[in-house]
Amino acid sequence: MTELIRTEGRLLLRDPASLFWAIGFPLVLLVIVGSVPPFRQPQAGLGGQRIIDLYLPILVVFGLAITTVNAFAVTIARYRERGVLRRLAVTPLPPYKLLVARVVLSVATQAVALVLLLSVGVALGIALPGQPVGYLAAFVLGLAALLSIGMLVAAVAPTAAAGNALGTTLFFPLMFFAGLWVPVPAMPALLRVVAELTPAGAATQAMREAALGHWPNPAYLLVMAGWAAAGWVLAVMLFRRG
Amino acid sequence: MAVIEVRRLRKRYGETVAVADVSFDVAAGEVFGIVGRSGAGKTTIVECVVGLRTPDAGTVEVLGLDPRRDRAEVRQRVGVRLQDSSLPDRITVAEALRLYASFYPRPADPRDLADRLGLGPVLRQRYGRLSGGQQQRLAIALALVGEPSVVVLDESTTGPDPQARRETWDLIEGIRAGGTTVLMVTRLMAEAERLCDRVAVIDAGRVVAVDTPGRLVSTVDGEQRISFRPSVPVDEAVLAGLPEVTSVRRAGNELRVVGGGNVLAVVIGRLAADGIVAEHLRVDQPSPDDAYPELTTRGADD
Repeated sequence: MTELIRTEGRLLLRDPASLFWAIGFPLVLLVIVGSVPPFRQPQAGLGGQRIIDLYLPILVVFGLAITTVNAFAVTIARYRERGVLRRLAVTPLPPYKLLVARVVLSVATQAVALVLLLSVGVALGIALPGQPVGYLAAFVLGLAALLSIGMLVAAVAPTAAAGNALGTTLFFPLMFFAGLWVPVPAMPALLRVVAELTPAGAATQAMREAALGHWPNPAYLLVMAGWAAAGWVLAVMLFRRG
Repeated sequence: MAVIEVRRLRKRYGETVAVADVSFDVAAGEVFGIVGRSGAGKTTIVECVVGLRTPDAGTVEVLGLDPRRDRAEVRQRVGVRLQDSSLPDRITVAEALRLYASFYPRPADPRDLADRLGLGPVLRQRYGRLSGGQQQRLAIALALVGEPSVVVLDESTTGPDPQARRETWDLIEGIRAGGTTVLMVTRLMAEAERLCDRVAVIDAGRVVAVDTPGRLVSTVDGEQRISFRPSVPVDEAVLAGLPEVTSVRRAGNELRVVGGGNVLAVVIGRLAADGIVAEHLRVDQPSPDDAYPELTTRGADD
């Protein structure tokens, strides 16, 4: 298992494009958003929060979504397409262990991304989360929920191209409801309810509350836990070696 | 004792019968070939033997174990090369060997294995940059890295690079010399003749013949096919009555005679006695690769 994680980790490091999208791109966006002076002014409409404060959790979720719904899913779909999964299935390695190894790497990648985003945030004058435990809980549940969606894509996509198409198709609505284009608090009431029921929307809202020093609304955490549980169960049912 | 025992195996995909009825035994230390054209059901047989598929009917035992029920143990003791499987492009040869070695309780030393298979000089090279022959050797190395008692090699679909093929043959002979039982799939009778102790010829999901490659070829070798146009119409019954002749068929104004032994001389002599000349005379001498279509089309012809 350790050899598998080590090998898959090396393969991940040899894929700079995927690391850039998962870690580098959200950082670049944060720096850009953080350098626009009006975005650094408190907004009355956002309860005195600034745009950059609002964007930090959205960019954290951006990284989570890329890593799970895209990178994770496409890697597994490519392994299916190229017969890597079939080949592993005739070794003594239990098939789920490859998934576990890739989950470990996704968690590691996003832990690094979180630390970097928070650090760059501090450099840009964004305070560290006021309720760190609540923030971490929202981060972990958001990762679990999005991973389960990535797992679903991985379970059904026969090829890397199909996985990529499906992952990208899911990525944009997920990020829309996370508030990438219109922050969730600025959405019309009905849209906001829908957003808060999606895993990415619930994650950004829970992190936003924790950043302000509150314990996140349990409803958000429950939404994410629900997506995580339902996705995993469905993915396990659908998973096939191809 | 048989190391692999396949009894009345049957497997269907929807309406298509991939394997209709296949039985064979592979003895310890034997190199056993499954020969047949593509679509004959060879890969399905292999997939049932290694436990990737569940037979619809019949039984498969490997080392006395059921590949589905005793999954864990069979996977430890059976090394496999699958037909359409590859590795991630960015993995190096050394990493792939180390990774697969980590799956087994008592693996071979990856470095020794690499040297033995001529992969020493490319240990640090990435899979995607290996030549077709090197990729094939790595696939065989990964089948051997667990020090298996049985090796199952499905046919590789990589192009027929003769150099790579010869290297692979040497490797398989090396495995046999180590006493490991080998079950291999091929389309080429010549390959089976060179490597296998015994061969099962498969056609349309059935076993048509099981024998040593030498005897399979000589069954066909003993036969010659003669075709010619008699200068004057001939009574087929006269030729069919000759002891050396097994069959006579007319195709237009051409006669096709199949027979054994001295059949050519006997037929020509008989015709000459009646003053008949065999025009456009053709004699086909079978090569090893003829044995296979010969064996598999015989049923359909008669």
